[in-house]
Amino acid sequence: MTVDEHSVGIVIPQTQYFDQPIELACGRSLKQYELVYETYGELNASCSNAILICHALSGHHHAAGYHDENDSKPGWWNSYIGPGKPIDTNHFFVVSVNNIGGCHGSTGPTSINPDTGKAWQRDFPPLRCRDWVETQRALMQALGINQWAAVIGGSLGGMQAMRWALEYPDELRHCIVIASAMKLTAQNIAFNEVARQAISSDINFYNGYYMDHGVAPKQGLRLARMVGHITYLSEDGMGQKFGRELNTGNFELGSDEEIEFKIESYLRYRGDKFSDSFDANTYILMTKALDYFDLAREYNDDPVAAFSNASCSFLVLSFTSDWRFSPQRSREIVDALVAANKPVSYAEIKADFGHDAFLIPNQRYQDVFHAYMKRVIEENT
Amino acid sequence: MRLDLQLIPSWIKPKSRVLDLGCGNGVLLEKINREIQTDGIGIEIDPERITECISKGINVVEQDLNQGLSNFQDQSFDIVIMAHALQTLRSPHLVIDEMLRIGKECIVTFPNFAHWTCRLHLSQQGKMPVSKFMPYNWYDTPNIHFCTVNDFEALCVEKNIRILDKAVVGNDSSQSLLGKLMPNLFGVTAAYHISL
Repeated sequence: MTVDEHSVGIVIPQTQYFDQPIELACGRSLKQYELVYETYGELNASCSNAILICHALSGHHHAAGYHDENDSKPGWWNSYIGPGKPIDTNHFFVVSVNNIGGCHGSTGPTSINPDTGKAWQRDFPPLRCRDWVETQRALMQALGINQWAAVIGGSLGGMQAMRWALEYPDELRHCIVIASAMKLTAQNIAFNEVARQAISSDINFYNGYYMDHGVAPKQGLRLARMVGHITYLSEDGMGQKFGRELNTGNFELGSDEEIEFKIESYLRYRGDKFSDSFDANTYILMTKALDYFDLAREYNDDPVAAFSNASCSFLVLSFTSDWRFSPQRSREIVDALVAANKPVSYAEIKADFGHDAFLIPNQRYQDVFHAYMKRVIEENT
Repeated sequence: MRLDLQLIPSWIKPKSRVLDLGCGNGVLLEKINREIQTDGIGIEIDPERITECISKGINVVEQDLNQGLSNFQDQSFDIVIMAHALQTLRSPHLVIDEMLRIGKECIVTFPNFAHWTCRLHLSQQGKMPVSKFMPYNWYDTPNIHFCTVNDFEALCVEKNIRILDKAVVGNDSSQSLLGKLMPNLFGVTAAYHISL
């Protein structure tokens, strides 16, 4: 743990229990659920400085700071949340929630189904972005907040932020959409399907009921994550980081020592780490929510009509080397917002690390984000 | 503030929806948003200027004008402005067409290459003019399509563009008598308010 004046320090996750049933987009409902979340900074007297962080596919509530002194790594968005950082906790009260369907404490496939007394596993209802918006809103009300200063999300998180702007236009003043899209392309869905197939073809998958057998489809999940990880990086970024460097072996004639490229062991390491800590049913559920998201579906496929419902201001950011959620997808969001006559700013950040760039420190990204968040503060004072 | 930017606001109706192509650090949009309550959005390509716009509360979209403007809908803005960017474009005439498609009216300003100092520089020294207003060498200048007041008006005739207002400004005063009488010789900066 490295705590400096820009760190939120040690944070303790909290749990909010909801006994009001929630109707889900799929037609089913959850009678009760729990949300695990973290907060950073202080809520002001008028409750006007609250920010909601929406996480992406494999994210969770732990966005900033450390859980204890022995933590080697801080939360997933620590570079952007903290005192003096773009999401400045000296000014904002930041709420970061683990979505339902997740596997980090909020109700999801590994939770107990109250009707059966057993873990839900693959019987957990399929979810859409709007279900997360509903549950995030329930938490908002439980915390006594009537309106977010901003709802912020990257990737799948950006989809939730946009859904917020359409569903509850009066309950947020700013919507910040980073490396996201109004809907996935066929290629993007294809990668998600490869990931799902990797999981479901694992011998330990048991059609999604692996917990009943006391096992987990770790090989499949590992493979899914490895494929995913490649698509979250860029060719140049990988080249910079790993090149063709070897971990073991060499190419000298006469040497038959086994050769291992650094990228190979890196991918395996990431895959192993992920498959030890993430639930396969959650991965399937989250990738499907990504695939199903289509911002304008219920607005006659007209994004301009969709965004006409929004009344907040928007900041849209994309990264030049991101090919999974390419700048073109962000420009489509911006064009629709401009055509719908909504206030929007857009920057295309030069970055080498593909889709993952939204998580990585980058001077221009920080400057633009900071400048915009300063506006959010100034408007509120 | 640059003289052409002081001129422009008088041609804009209050509360107009404005698109400012090459908005720089947002100085014009900030002025007209504040003074005549326009609803303005800027297009810019320079990262630092974009950040500056955002800090000022100016809405700005990162986009390269040379890549076209087909993402903007027909007649979706009351007025489209392009101040001192015309000469930097790869195809200025096509951008003007696009401006007139997107905006009900347009304002274009540019440095007048036929100003007497340019003529003198070229005729006396036989070299491309370098001045306070055009501080670049010919080989590294962003200004790749210089034109003159007469050139621009000829283009308007060719394209059947109506000139609603025009003004040329000199080095110091806003609009000198000589500039009015002989704009192509005494105008440093030309500003045109046009429509189809």
